[in-house]
Amino acid sequence: MASHSHNDAHHDGHSHGSMKSYVIGFVLSVILTAIPFWLVMTGGLESRGWTVAVVVGMAVVQIIVHMIFFLHMTSSAEEGWTMTALIFTIIVVVIMLAGSIWVMYHMNTNMMPGHDMDLMSVPQ
Amino acid sequence: MSTITLPKDRATFHLPEEPHHPEGHSTMLGFWIYLMSDCLMFAVLFAVFAVLGNNFAAGPGPKDLFELELIALNTAMLLFSSITYGFAMLAMVKNNSRQVLIWLGVTGLFGLAFLGIELYEFHHLIHIGATPQRSAFLSAFFTLVGTHGLHVTFGIIWLVTLMVQVHKRGLTAANQRRLGCLSLFWHFLDVIWIGVFTFVYLMGMI
Repeated sequence: MASHSHNDAHHDGHSHGSMKSYVIGFVLSVILTAIPFWLVMTGGLESRGWTVAVVVGMAVVQIIVHMIFFLHMTSSAEEGWTMTALIFTIIVVVIMLAGSIWVMYHMNTNMMPGHDMDLMSVPQ
Repeated sequence: MSTITLPKDRATFHLPEEPHHPEGHSTMLGFWIYLMSDCLMFAVLFAVFAVLGNNFAAGPGPKDLFELELIALNTAMLLFSSITYGFAMLAMVKNNSRQVLIWLGVTGLFGLAFLGIELYEFHHLIHIGATPQRSAFLSAFFTLVGTHGLHVTFGIIWLVTLMVQVHKRGLTAANQRRLGCLSLFWHFLDVIWIGVFTFVYLMGMI
């Protein structure tokens, strides 16, 4: 039994992190959550576009923070196969999201009932 | 009379000494690949929400429905549960099963608080008539947020199961592996929630 647990305990290549890494991840996450909530609740920046950019930027950074400090992603875990699976998934997700939004946005604008009326209301 | 004799050295289809793999050596990778497939499913639901999120059918929109204070509280619950699960994993490394049980219990309570707040929100929305049938926006909203909530529900069931296992059998190698898988699952749900509060709630209110 002793040799068994010796074999199995931590061979999986997934580190369980340290107190320091969890606390750093937690503090960063709190900051990266508080800023966008505060920004939106207080009415946002003058330009809507910038508010969106800041909020989305914070989310992306927070996802990376979670990946590193909570999920303990490294390029060496499981001989790199977890990272390979993650990168493949990100590629598929980006193609799928960008493609869906792009195609459906154009479908929406081109199929709008008001589309022709907008043109007609333009002063000649 | 000729007889066909089988050759003595028949082809062997397995190595006499198969390489020894310790039990569960590939579980973490397999579970990670499951999480990636789950990620794809959520990505599709996010895409549906992105496409249908503005089709209000003359019904209520995000600004009429969402209360950011409630969502901030919900986000805090999930974030707290993430770090307390981390503490459970640290206690596991130190082989302290009592501490593991305490931190898992705290994590479960935060998870329940998250679910309670979410159910309260859903109940409130349905009560004022913002049901999934009301508009494409609300269908997409309930599907996306509901699927996440369902994941948290099953995470809590799994968590309670593991608490019973750890209580009965202690921190055996198998239980450590299971705790590792649930750790990935739990933190993964927090990552998905970042996407939900950003794209559904905050972007809807800007």
